[in-house]
Amino acid sequence: MSTTTHDTIDTAHDEHHHGAPKGLMRWVLTTNHKDIGSLYLWFSFIMFLTGGAMAMVIRAELFQPGLQLVEPNFFNQMTTVHGLVMVFGAVMPAFTGLANWLIPMMIGAPDMALPRMNNWSFWILPFAFTMLLGSLFMEGGGPNFGWTFYAPLSTTYSPDSTALFVFAIHIMGISSIMGAINVVVTIVNMRAPGMPWMKLPLFVWTWLITAFLLIAVMPVLAGAVTMVLTDKFFGTSFFDAAGGGDPVMFQHIFWFFGHPEVYIMILPSFGIISAIVPTFSRKPLFGYSSMVYATASIAILSFLVWAHHMFTTGMPVFAELFFMYCTMLIAVPTGVKVFNWVATMWRGSMTFETPMLFAVAFIILFTIGGFSGLMLAITPADFQYHDTYFVVAHFHYVLVTGAIFSIMAAAYYWLPKWTGNMYSETLGRWHFWCSVISVNVLFFPMHFLGLAGMPRRIPDYAIQFADVNQIVSIGGFAFGLSQLIFLAVVLKCIKGGKPAGDNPWQAADGLEWSIPSPAPYHSFTTPPEIK
Amino acid sequence: MNPTPKSNRKLLTMLILGSIGMFGFGFALVPLYDVLCDTLGINGKTQNTASSYDAVVVDKNRTVTIEFVTQVQSDMPWEFSPKVNQISVHPGELTHAKFLVKNLSAKNIIGQAIPSVSPGQGAAYFNKTECFCFNQQPLAADTSAELPLIFYVNPDLPASINTLTLSYTLYDITDKQAVSAKQGAAR
Repeated sequence: MSTTTHDTIDTAHDEHHHGAPKGLMRWVLTTNHKDIGSLYLWFSFIMFLTGGAMAMVIRAELFQPGLQLVEPNFFNQMTTVHGLVMVFGAVMPAFTGLANWLIPMMIGAPDMALPRMNNWSFWILPFAFTMLLGSLFMEGGGPNFGWTFYAPLSTTYSPDSTALFVFAIHIMGISSIMGAINVVVTIVNMRAPGMPWMKLPLFVWTWLITAFLLIAVMPVLAGAVTMVLTDKFFGTSFFDAAGGGDPVMFQHIFWFFGHPEVYIMILPSFGIISAIVPTFSRKPLFGYSSMVYATASIAILSFLVWAHHMFTTGMPVFAELFFMYCTMLIAVPTGVKVFNWVATMWRGSMTFETPMLFAVAFIILFTIGGFSGLMLAITPADFQYHDTYFVVAHFHYVLVTGAIFSIMAAAYYWLPKWTGNMYSETLGRWHFWCSVISVNVLFFPMHFLGLAGMPRRIPDYAIQFADVNQIVSIGGFAFGLSQLIFLAVVLKCIKGGKPAGDNPWQAADGLEWSIPSPAPYHSFTTPPEIK
Repeated sequence: MNPTPKSNRKLLTMLILGSIGMFGFGFALVPLYDVLCDTLGINGKTQNTASSYDAVVVDKNRTVTIEFVTQVQSDMPWEFSPKVNQISVHPGELTHAKFLVKNLSAKNIIGQAIPSVSPGQGAAYFNKTECFCFNQQPLAADTSAELPLIFYVNPDLPASINTLTLSYTLYDITDKQAVSAKQGAAR
């Protein structure tokens, strides 16, 4: 097996200018950051379609009131596994894939710091998801307790396949922790000489902070699922009141992981948008250092707000106010970011190629999701909104039009660098406009459903919600189909297209644009000079 | 800067230790949670040992409503109900209450009642001098029993609380054996 670890850099010089090995084993054995990045991105896209198919089942069932297509228990499995697949299978691996592709090129490093661990952290993922998805076909069904697996739903009342769910989460956690460790070691130890911290591209900064969040909270999630496992199968009573435990404690432990987790899924987006907006505004990013500090503040605050998911569990008023104010405080650094992006665009000579369209849509729609988050943060109002479709609308605005849109923007922005070809701008625009219209038809009316009192996670609903649900479902089907255009764009771009050149975007800044397109299999084998 | 595998290894070790530490922290949250709830008196848990009743001044000027709620674990074949659903007491007054249980099955079953007081902040002021929940309740097949509770409300109860709801959930611990239940009671 060829190797690019640093100890061989000086001795085995002639090894560095070969291309990729051929055949299937190239992908299984690869330690190349670009290969592993591609594997992550393809895996995440497959999972995106898988989770999307489950969302289609959910929306088909909710097209009309009453039970038409699926059993309630299967419906619950669909909502649960849709959430798990999208969070752990689509969004997180997509960001890890982007980190793999981009961080070494952005900091002028030849590869990730720990290439073999990199291979491993990817290749355990397919096993985790095979196990999770396989449990759907088992007797008794797959996980049906919601992606948040609250006890006692996941302990006393869960199907036997819960053990598989637990092990799948363990593996996904180990994979993310290894990925995060790799990112930290790469950024800390492998920056090109003369690249100071405050000159790092923001994508690198946001990923570094995300990696620390991952290392801090994924083990807590592993602990929580372990407790569920022993409570269910080995007679412990962490969450069982009969044995002296407390089910509310589950929620505290889960959300201690869960809230930083939502920032894990959005901070790298901030880095992507901070790269794209300056390029297409032809101006440097406004307020670089405030962006770095805002990201760090959001990460620190994320550990102080977990109980805002639990306002209705009967907390003391003092605790409710504390978590309410801390949550609202997060709007300040987030606002700094949004205003910085807007200020970057201000009086720039803007053009609207597909990456910029997605980036602008991100800024507007993510902000809408942020505002509904502020509404949910108000404790007395949350008692009304809790567990309704308002919450569903909120987190889909921040995750779909937030995280997913930023991943799409990143894909369009860096595809020319990855493949060496320009993607089809026409198809890209079709993809954007279909997505942005349908996603709003899909999620915006959910706010009204929630305010009118429709609870989430139910296969049937009162008749007065029928019309709006129909609109939502139509939006859902349209959004699902629109993503096939994206698949077509990517496949077409890999096969050919207008040659991209080193820097296809006139004003793109960064080391990755200084090397040829497609990026050679081994880049920056000697560190670049930083001006 | 020419990164050496040695500096990588050092950072790698620290990060792995960090994640193992956070795994431990996840479990440390369990006792931490109990300690915090105990000291702040916030999750509605009452003491699991009898409190003494001496030198308590009865506050005749104030009346507090005590509501009793009972639940039985869904698949447990017992009936469980309070003799009266609601009583009014003066803070500091020692009060007796009775609960009825009946084993409807043809098996001997051991039950354990877990109390919880709502609002949670009132739990610290609800003192039991005697309670069936301090012990396990073995009940032979097809028999019934009257379970006693003697309690008083601490006169320091905040003025904002006028009603305390005492909820008992009865669990079947026949299989779980005495071990885990005792651990729970010791908390």
